[in-house]
Amino acid sequence: MTAARRTYAGVAAATLVATVAACGGSSSAGSAGKSGSVSGTINVFAAASLTEAFTTLGKQFEAAHPGVKVVFDFGPSSGLAEQIDQGAPADVFASASTKSMDQVVSAGSASNPTPFVKNVMEIAVPPSNPAHVATVKDLSNSGVKVALCQSQVPCGSTAAQVFTNAKVTVKPVTEEVDVKSVLAKVELGEVDAGVVYVTDVRSAGSKVDGVAIPDSINASTTYPIAALTKSHSAATARAFVSYVLSSDGSAVLTADGFQKP
Amino acid sequence: MPWPLAVPALIGVLFLLVPLVGLLVRAPWSGLSRILSDAGVTSALRLSLVCATAATAISLVLGVPLAWALARVRLRGISALRALVTLPLVLPPVVGGVALLLALGRHGLVGQYLDSWFGITLPFTTAGVVVAETFVAMPFLIITVEGAFRSADRGLEEAARTLGASRMTVFRRVTLPMVAPSLGAGAVLCWARALGEFGATITFAGNLPGVTQTMPLKVYLALESDPEAAIALSLVLLGVSVLVLAGLRDRWLRPSTPL
Repeated sequence: MTAARRTYAGVAAATLVATVAACGGSSSAGSAGKSGSVSGTINVFAAASLTEAFTTLGKQFEAAHPGVKVVFDFGPSSGLAEQIDQGAPADVFASASTKSMDQVVSAGSASNPTPFVKNVMEIAVPPSNPAHVATVKDLSNSGVKVALCQSQVPCGSTAAQVFTNAKVTVKPVTEEVDVKSVLAKVELGEVDAGVVYVTDVRSAGSKVDGVAIPDSINASTTYPIAALTKSHSAATARAFVSYVLSSDGSAVLTADGFQKP
Repeated sequence: MPWPLAVPALIGVLFLLVPLVGLLVRAPWSGLSRILSDAGVTSALRLSLVCATAATAISLVLGVPLAWALARVRLRGISALRALVTLPLVLPPVVGGVALLLALGRHGLVGQYLDSWFGITLPFTTAGVVVAETFVAMPFLIITVEGAFRSADRGLEEAARTLGASRMTVFRRVTLPMVAPSLGAGAVLCWARALGEFGATITFAGNLPGVTQTMPLKVYLALESDPEAAIALSLVLLGVSVLVLAGLRDRWLRPSTPL
């Protein structure tokens, strides 16, 4: 499935949920203050690379707050930021780069984002490693089919930084919309290698192998998170952000391979 | 017109037209020539036109004989076959893309042999775009032309046969000219569908500027970084659609003419 479809489906679902939630809220006779209590449904727009960690965090948060439902839309940070600017009903935004978060902040949709994790890049190859990729330099060989994220997505710009550091030029066969699409092309064996986050290699388990990038040339991206100013469930949104920033939250994130910011 | 019909009809008209008006109102008219002369845009447009035309050509070569077979061959299971080959009409294109990847990808059912025997890999190539577009668009041609084969006057064909023409000659000289208008309409529909293809293309052929990034992919991706460019590109595709409709006007805008 493409991220495009995933994102649209997510927005549709989020819109529906928000509508239903709004209808339900008006009939509850103000027993719970709309923005004062942790209740209802929140829509969390998060970078694709956070899929596994945030899904776990969402379940834990729901378990800790009965009646609360967390709906996720995972996709490319740049695309999610654009959707938020266009008025998508998001309550929390977790971006894979400060750039996409800054876009949302400067549009007035968020304030005071908090950096919560850092991620570095790794080369993902099919388990058989058909092109025998062992170093970043191998990716520049003409016979090696490489999938990258498109340049406006954080995983694309961070991978570009790695190539600059390694002084190599990599010509990809495809520029995918987000990091999970790159990973999928590696898992299917349609490409010989993809540059993804270390967390993606870990979450893919045995479906891909990782080829580590030395610290001297690796690049990192910082993930900020913020509750959004136009949220209709501001208290719940803030509570979710606090949970992500808590020690419980960071335990889940570091277990998935994310680093402290 | 009674109001219970007029009101929904009016809402229907507005629903279909307002988004297009929105596109026209928000269009960055002053920057249009700058955006459209961008090298990335012209290469995406050229790629779209070339691939859609190639997909239509393949659909004509394979689809017309198939449509003829579906209309004329009397065999058990032919209606099931018709349902199967027109399945891509109703199949979500992204599912088509996944299916193509599993069939024609490097490790696919057929693709692994294309790769090991001939060294051909289709994903992430311009040929892959043509394959994805053909898969999605060919059924439009098939059902249009099949309907025409079905309703064509068999008497003329039989007359030609009694005058000594071979079956192939009858097909070329009598049947094809009779269905020519539907053939044209089917080809235009097929071309337009191929031009707009997104889901199967991005799934099967990936996204690389100049190689597999067609206009619909460019529009979708531009929306994330440069909404003005996305609107300008959408305008181009809207313009193409209007041209297609103008080309089909004799068939579609006259309600009494059957397709």
